[in-house]
Amino acid sequence: MERYILRRILHGLAVLCTVATLTFILMNLTPGGPFDREQRLPPQVMANLYAKYHLDEPLWSQYFHYLKGLIRGDLGPSYKYLNRTVTEIVGATLPVSALLGFLALAFAVIMALPTGMLAAYYHGSWIDRWCLFIATLGISLPNFILGAMLIWIFSLQFGWFQAARWGPVSSMVLPTLTLGAAPAAYLSYLLRSTLIETLGEDFIRTARAKGLKESAVLFKHAMRNSINPLLTVMGPLLAALVTGSFVVEYVFAIPGMGRFFITAVTDRDYPMIMGVTLIYSALLVGANLVVDLLYSVADPRVKTQ
Amino acid sequence: MRRLGPLRNLRKGLGQNRPALLSLVFILAIALASALASILSPYGAGGLDEEHILEGPSLSHWMGTDGLGRDVFTRVLFGARVSLTVGVGTSLLALFIGTLYGLASGYARPRVDNLLMRLVDVFYSLPDLLVFILLSLVLGRNVPGLLISLGLVTWVRFARLTRGEVLQAKESLYVEGARAVGAGNGRILLCHILPNIMGPIIVTLTFMIPGVILAESTLSFIGLGINDPYNAWGTSWGTLAQDGWRAMRTYPHVIFFPGAAIFLTILSFNFIGNAFRDIMDPRDKVR
Repeated sequence: MERYILRRILHGLAVLCTVATLTFILMNLTPGGPFDREQRLPPQVMANLYAKYHLDEPLWSQYFHYLKGLIRGDLGPSYKYLNRTVTEIVGATLPVSALLGFLALAFAVIMALPTGMLAAYYHGSWIDRWCLFIATLGISLPNFILGAMLIWIFSLQFGWFQAARWGPVSSMVLPTLTLGAAPAAYLSYLLRSTLIETLGEDFIRTARAKGLKESAVLFKHAMRNSINPLLTVMGPLLAALVTGSFVVEYVFAIPGMGRFFITAVTDRDYPMIMGVTLIYSALLVGANLVVDLLYSVADPRVKTQ
Repeated sequence: MRRLGPLRNLRKGLGQNRPALLSLVFILAIALASALASILSPYGAGGLDEEHILEGPSLSHWMGTDGLGRDVFTRVLFGARVSLTVGVGTSLLALFIGTLYGLASGYARPRVDNLLMRLVDVFYSLPDLLVFILLSLVLGRNVPGLLISLGLVTWVRFARLTRGEVLQAKESLYVEGARAVGAGNGRILLCHILPNIMGPIIVTLTFMIPGVILAESTLSFIGLGINDPYNAWGTSWGTLAQDGWRAMRTYPHVIFFPGAAIFLTILSFNFIGNAFRDIMDPRDKVR
């Protein structure tokens, strides 16, 4: 087990190195420099800026400079917010995004468990068909449209919830719904199909034959054996929450990391772009590792090889 | 026609699934309407009209007008060209690259296979939208640029799928049989294995198209996708939704119609995908 964990961590670090290198290459392939303005800066100012950020050095030297910073946990200076470092900005914005992501995930799980179980238990009935239909709608509705709809209905027409910014609880409701809807639909759909399969197994028939209550059959026997596929998609689901947060933070004007990433792209703030990309990759690599470990705990049949 | 077995099944199954059939008709209608956009609409894609700014839906402007007095219906039709082209084009590009890669990887020796899959893993461990954004920075925010950058990310899904299927297929009896009668590797892969694994590949393709349309419209909505008002191919549904978003407070119709177009198109593709999957894997079909 320890060896497995160690190997996975090393593998994760290799992925992160690749990501760091690839983003560095991509950023240098991008046409246009970070200090290109509509009104050209005087050459001396340009030269000073380039010297300050080591942009006048050869590429390989910039690359090693960047890597050296990374090892110390320094993601470099922001080109846009001239007196803040990328690490500072990430430190300020990541907690907001993390809370939003957590709320959305909780919402998704709370919605998906009952609907998925109902649909699978009444497989083929009208309940099943409706759950499936709603799940298909949920998967098909882009979150920027859902967000716009929710704002229009609940903020502009009814005035129930705050439509922008982040702080009081009333400002968190709509973003959570918007970000959580698609994962909820997806999880519900997945739970339904695994449960249907499990409910057809022999041990369920045995459980029923010995006279167990239906609730015990469903919760203790069927559910426990259907959790694993849900765990496996947690990694990709986290990725979906990350990309969803770009949009949701944009729509609801939430000061999270996703929004900063988007403005960094339009501002060509290269260190910011690279830094945020790295943070996201690290999060995902870490989450996938945790999920795989949980997977082997939840189902001892899975060998950690 | 034996080789096209899966395709024939798909056609037969689609005929029995009403939502899927309806979806197919809807998509074909939109595609046709967008191809004939300049005939169907009396307004040009770029025609400004200061006298009719931000009007609600009426008989002369079915979907109203936007902030520059442009007919929203016309813009949605022209936007359909971009959104559908990017969606279908990218998916086909990804299908081509990914399937070839997967075929090679699955059929190669385990060592080579492992190495090839490492690259796929790196792509897989990153959020799609993030990589699209990074690539589109380099490749440009226009139709070809977006098509390539989306294709460069989505191909891994086909590669993974194809590889898995090939790994299974190459142990099967028909491959052994083909080898016994002296078929070469290329022939076995392309004439025997590929037709037999087409089913799941087609299902993935039908789900890929709405995924790409979603990604492109999302990018355009947050201002990192297509936006070139001087070009007939410079406006997608996502761009239109972005335009509408700014005016939503007082003029919701400007975002409503492009939004509905995106939603209904993605929904239709998903219905078709569901139908295809039920045909391929009837296990969890709703009766």
